[in-house]
Amino acid sequence: MEIPDGLFYTKTHEWARREAQETVVGITAHAQDELRDIVFIELPKVGRTVSRGQPAAVIESVKAAFDIYAPVSGTITRVNDAVVQSPQAVNQDCYGQGWLFAVAPSTPAEFATLLSSADYASVLKAASH
Amino acid sequence: MDYAPNTDQQLEEMLRTIGVSSFEDLLASVPEHLRTRRLSVPQGLSEPEVLRLAGGLAGQNRSLEDAPAFLGAGCYAHTIPTVVDALAARGEWLTPYTPYQAEASQGILQAIYEFQSMVCALFEMEVANASLYDGASSLAEAAILALRASGRPRVLVSEGVHPHARQVLGTYVRGSDAAIQELPTVNGVTDLEALSKAAGDDLACVVLQQPNVFGCLEPMAQAAAMTHRVGGLFVASAYPVSLGLLQPPGAYGADIAVGEGRCLGSPPAYGGPGLGLFTTTAALLRRIPGRLAGCTVDAARARSFTLTLQTREQHIRRERATSNICTNEGWLALRATIFMSLLGPEGFRDLARSNCDRAHYARERLLELPWLRPAFGQPFFNEFTLVSDERVAPQAVLRVLAKQGIVGPWPLASWYPALPHGLLWCVTERLSREAIDRAVEALRGAC
Amino acid sequence: MAEPLIIERSVPGRRGFRLPPSDVPAVDLEQALPAEARRTQAPHLPEVSEFDVVRHVTRLSQLNFAVDTHFYPLGSCTMKYNPKLNERVAALPGFAWTHPLQPAGEVQGLLQLLFELEQLLCGLTGMSRFTLQPAAGSQGELAGLKIIAAYHQAKRRRRSTMLIPDSAHGTNPASAALSGFQVVQVRSGPEGVIDVKDLKQHLTDDVAGFMLTNPNTLGLFESNITTISGLLHERDALVYMDGANMNALLGIARPGEMGVDLLQLNLHKTFSTPHGGGGPGSGPVGVAERLKDFLPGPQVCRRGRRYAWDRGGRRGVGRVHGFYGNVGVLVRAYTYIRSLGREGLERAGRTAIINANYLKANLQDLYPVPYGRFCMHEFVCTLKHLKAQGVTAMDVAKRLLDYGCYAPTVYFPLIVDEAFMIEPTETESKETLDEFIRAMRAIADEVRTAPDRVRQAPQRLTVRRVDEVKAAREPNLRWSEVGEPARRAG
Repeated sequence: MEIPDGLFYTKTHEWARREAQETVVGITAHAQDELRDIVFIELPKVGRTVSRGQPAAVIESVKAAFDIYAPVSGTITRVNDAVVQSPQAVNQDCYGQGWLFAVAPSTPAEFATLLSSADYASVLKAASH
Repeated sequence: MDYAPNTDQQLEEMLRTIGVSSFEDLLASVPEHLRTRRLSVPQGLSEPEVLRLAGGLAGQNRSLEDAPAFLGAGCYAHTIPTVVDALAARGEWLTPYTPYQAEASQGILQAIYEFQSMVCALFEMEVANASLYDGASSLAEAAILALRASGRPRVLVSEGVHPHARQVLGTYVRGSDAAIQELPTVNGVTDLEALSKAAGDDLACVVLQQPNVFGCLEPMAQAAAMTHRVGGLFVASAYPVSLGLLQPPGAYGADIAVGEGRCLGSPPAYGGPGLGLFTTTAALLRRIPGRLAGCTVDAARARSFTLTLQTREQHIRRERATSNICTNEGWLALRATIFMSLLGPEGFRDLARSNCDRAHYARERLLELPWLRPAFGQPFFNEFTLVSDERVAPQAVLRVLAKQGIVGPWPLASWYPALPHGLLWCVTERLSREAIDRAVEALRGAC
Repeated sequence: MAEPLIIERSVPGRRGFRLPPSDVPAVDLEQALPAEARRTQAPHLPEVSEFDVVRHVTRLSQLNFAVDTHFYPLGSCTMKYNPKLNERVAALPGFAWTHPLQPAGEVQGLLQLLFELEQLLCGLTGMSRFTLQPAAGSQGELAGLKIIAAYHQAKRRRRSTMLIPDSAHGTNPASAALSGFQVVQVRSGPEGVIDVKDLKQHLTDDVAGFMLTNPNTLGLFESNITTISGLLHERDALVYMDGANMNALLGIARPGEMGVDLLQLNLHKTFSTPHGGGGPGSGPVGVAERLKDFLPGPQVCRRGRRYAWDRGGRRGVGRVHGFYGNVGVLVRAYTYIRSLGREGLERAGRTAIINANYLKANLQDLYPVPYGRFCMHEFVCTLKHLKAQGVTAMDVAKRLLDYGCYAPTVYFPLIVDEAFMIEPTETESKETLDEFIRAMRAIADEVRTAPDRVRQAPQRLTVRRVDEVKAAREPNLRWSEVGEPARRAG
């Protein structure tokens, strides 16, 4: 399962890409694989404040609904309307076209609590045993 | 009589297969002190005995099937074409459950899809669900949807909405932070000035009923516009039969429209089961309570049907579902589907027309009686409120009519103390001119 | 064969029903109704003949599996035979054609029936009063939770926690949330019943009640029920029992004696009223003596030899139904209880339990039952071992359809992976059960020898596997209207 380097990860299977002004958030390849066919995505409104570990978005498959947690606290700066229109983009390209939302972090110290790609890989490995 | 076919000998055999020597061994987990010694229920009856018993009980009730009736007030007895009963009685309709396995339930699913389509057509709304319990709980669910969708705390409900529906709404929201406020009526219709004063940006929705509980036609379009001006949702409760003549909720800007659909092919049955109709705009699709059937394709790309958007529902979202509803009123929805198919656009218009004509005729005749006068000067569909003067008690009117074998109008005093002599008369297509005339003559002679 | 939509059979000018010619003067609509209140465009409904409708609806009916046509072991739904006698009685004009606002004097027989039904339900459950108003199990739950809230409120305290086992039906947490409670989950122990230790840890003074199901959704009797209710009562919290599985307790044990304070019954399960493709149901709520003032009014009562509606207790939680509940369903349930009587009901409960254990005994070698002791009316097995062959519980469910059996409840309860919840009910014969066993064993064989046949099931029905993903991604919930009027702004 693809786990690109240079991203931050959470135990709840979100990834976060830290950029100059904002941090882009999506779900990992493992998460989209578990969810199977994604049929609906509900994203937060731009301007909403989110807190680390709290639900920020919802992803639904036919028979299940999953909360997507904010990896870091901050204010939503952009959301990916394209995945709302065609949720399958998350299945097809979860680290690229299938990003979900971007947040302007309010507490940069939180990044230290996130997982590296190696950490996340071992989390997945532990879970599969 | 019981319906358990396995003989004692078979049961013994089965117990041996299970590997126990007696039934009691299977109940090891039920503590001895909890075991029932003897059920306090009478002995069973054979079919002829049951029919005698039930026939005796049923025979004590005055049935609207043969008694002419002026009684409506939220429960309307309409003609049921023979075909509705004949088709709905089939075991393939009566005895399946919610169509969880789509492939083995295509008939039910297609029927629900057709039901949703026809309800949308009748209401001119964009989405209809597979039904809720009754009109009253539909209205409560509508307000809850509005509260959640808007994130605002206040609901305005007209006093012209059926009091039972308002009570159910009150029960549903009790314990939440929502505030329910009543809008008064003036001359039988919702006071728009009061609405204007009460409207504000904390308003989740405004709820009106068309025709309202007094039978009067409400200014729905104006109320909707006023609601939208403050960003609230407009909820309409509509009487389906009236929509053959009256403007449908979608045309006057309702965001959510509900109704009691029992009148579409099901008997009054003492008020239940009902059929909660629930419709919304496309914008509210994801927030709808209850089941939805959708059209899709199968693995061979052939048209097929399935329950869809189930993630809204309790079995997936659990405490975060849009509603706790599980079963709906599927069998009544089927009856309504058959009913609407039989009537078609022309039949609906004729039906509504017949109600409207008869009600206007009856009102004119009743107003010949010197002691009856109109309560309000408002246009109406098939129900209207008259007030008797001091000398004639509403109960006396009922007694006189009952002697003629006629079920009288509904005295409004218990619901609206301000109308101690108010009588709500309902006239449907089932009431003949002869019965109307007979009622008027009986009242003329006696009161 | 696929059946077209009824709208596709529409021919302009065709009629399926006509009213008699009018015998009253036609009102001038322009005078009678203001212009803005008049409909301008007729509804887009089909124009078809009576015979068109008969053929269409009959053909559609043939595309359904139903209790009347197929074995229907849908767990937790109690899909027993629905006696035809019930239908005949419910259709009697004296029941079906009565109006809820008729004076009590005109409906004495019906009121007597409702009064007696309440007493029968009390006798069967050991509760002291019932409201017949809730229209379904979930509405009964809602009424029950409102009663719990009202009970604590009357004691002038706020309690916001509702404990619910992890094996509970989804309506339980949904109803609790709708009633303003915070849901806290209680774990099931290794035996599949409530873990009393875990329960104790969650028992605080904020707990309003415990909403459990007995027998639970694994089909197991909660043996510690008396201890559990004792623990709740020590804190003056209430025990709510979801009575969906009451069929297993008929003649075996009564909730009233288990310390249950209130419960709902699902008449469309235990008491044989038809499920109708998803309702109408009926979910009367029964309460212990100390809660009877909280029942929603009105209540039917007897005054001398007359029956009447009583407004109900001053502390009642308020109406949940537009009138008095699903009376048509109540009439059917009454008919059923009177038909079976004491021995019949006892036999029903006993046979339901034997039938379930018989299936379990014959299937558990191929379909393991994780909580394996003797079950009550149903049991849950897991199909997770089939994952190795790339076969899911859903695949097996679909394959069962090919064998002429409706599928059990799948993926529930949530605490069992790839769950298959099987409830045969008492009205199935041993021969039918044996057929089901053969089908299940044949499918287990196919999973090994021809897994594609299972993965691509169903193959023998009118449609193949339905694409639920497309249905959810591109919702199509009604036929589109030709020339649909543009929506006017409000």
